[in-house]
Amino acid sequence: MEKMIFGRYLPLQSPVHELDPRAKLLFIFGFVIVVFLANNILSYGILAVFTLLCIYLSRINIRFLLSGLKPVIWIIAFTFLLHIFLTKEGDLLFNIGFLKIYEGGVRQGAFISLRFLLLILVTSLLTLTTSPISITDGLESLLNPFKKLKLPVHELALMMSISLRFIPTLMDETDKIMKAQIARGADFSSGPIKERVKAVVPLLIPLFVSAFKRAEELAVAMEARGYRGGEGRTKYRLLHWQGKDSAALVLLLVLAALLWWARS
Amino acid sequence: MKENIISINHVHFRYPGQTVYALKDVSLNVAKGEWLAIVGHNGSGKSTLAKMLNGLHYPEEGQVTICNFPLKDEFVWDIRRRLGMVFQNPDNQFVGTTVQDDVAFGLENNGIPHEVMVERVKASLQRVGMLDFLNQEPHHLSGGQKQRVAIAGVIALQPDIILLDEATSMLDPRGREEVLRTVRQLKEEQDLTVISITHDLEEASRADRIIVLNKGSVYREGTPEEIFQLNEELIKLGLDVPFPVKLSEILRLQDFEIASNYLSEEELVRELWTSNFKK
Repeated sequence: MEKMIFGRYLPLQSPVHELDPRAKLLFIFGFVIVVFLANNILSYGILAVFTLLCIYLSRINIRFLLSGLKPVIWIIAFTFLLHIFLTKEGDLLFNIGFLKIYEGGVRQGAFISLRFLLLILVTSLLTLTTSPISITDGLESLLNPFKKLKLPVHELALMMSISLRFIPTLMDETDKIMKAQIARGADFSSGPIKERVKAVVPLLIPLFVSAFKRAEELAVAMEARGYRGGEGRTKYRLLHWQGKDSAALVLLLVLAALLWWARS
Repeated sequence: MKENIISINHVHFRYPGQTVYALKDVSLNVAKGEWLAIVGHNGSGKSTLAKMLNGLHYPEEGQVTICNFPLKDEFVWDIRRRLGMVFQNPDNQFVGTTVQDDVAFGLENNGIPHEVMVERVKASLQRVGMLDFLNQEPHHLSGGQKQRVAIAGVIALQPDIILLDEATSMLDPRGREEVLRTVRQLKEEQDLTVISITHDLEEASRADRIIVLNKGSVYREGTPEEIFQLNEELIKLGLDVPFPVKLSEILRLQDFEIASNYLSEEELVRELWTSNFKK
């Protein structure tokens, strides 16, 4: 679990960390679209260089980033193989009996895998450089226009931040219940899968019961502290859009223009 | 006579669908600036009373007035602004992801402008001695620290009354002492009224006045000294008498001469080690 980089936040000092979460969210959103412009070696090369630049600016150790990618490597390898075997374009490279590998398949496979890899790298940069609460604030602020369409933006953001706040609490609780069950002879770590799944039930039930109890008490406490929905509320955390945030988006536009020029 | 900040007149209350009254003809007043302890066994109605003072329940009959506001729907938010509540479970009242966010929560709810908010968060945390923990997440804090953050969240709204609803019952002795010391200090610094609802008579013994609730009614009312004279009766009500009171009672049965029921251990110790000089 320690190796997982998804959803982890590394509190460092870097130009990327200092960006407004809204800028980063918009940037990622734009990047996901722009990536699809690339379709030849030159344009993919530009994309790769751009991604490396982003990683460099975030001051995050590239080895750390790559070691965190291990769980996804298999999915990338799988898509690569799928393209190699199933795409029948261009010149025939290999022909081993029923296996026919075409030049187009290798190229396609390599491009798609690279695209996938770059997308994962850039999106994990978002969570690595932005604290979860900032992401929540950014989302709330970006989704604000949708309030007109009756989307409960404030409530969604509050739900997100409360979930984030209770994750460690519930983890501790799970640990406690697990130890209590082990002390009474429950076995979570050995035996056939069916038995192990069964052993989880007496763990989940008390966890659910206590989570509901917590929710109820929290609701009472929130009401006692004057919570009555998003109306008339002020915000403690303020977001500041600065020049560098606009610059980041301009950079993305430059990338899009470059890719447009380089694609065939 | 000091003016009353809370007055409760002949209040009756039942939980929906119940025939038994949780509160039966309760009348009491709280004077401005006093420390009132409300004690009682489980099911004595003390928590129901606490929730009523915060407008989480409304009386079926009778009137409740808090800071000159009658307890009615239209005033409930004004009352909550003036009466801050600290609950039992430190974890289940911590809303923010960090200490400062949690203190700000009540301020945000009341639409306090951002600049004022930043100042008040700092000032309140300073006063409960938690300023160094500004950016800490709740799971890195002890129970006592979390309760102190909860108190900071309450005083940030500059209330007139603090209501502690069993706020120390889940804490270890050190955490309990921390929290009570903080509240006492705050009470001295500004003219706060403190109501502490508890079943810990040790905690109640430091109040100015104690009200004993039993089965939804006021059973006794008096200073801690007066209440602890009831000794046997309190035990019958399922309340645990403080250790020094218990000890003096037993010593008296053993024919030791002990002047009165001491509420604190120090007083009793002083009485004991000087007792031979008096002979």
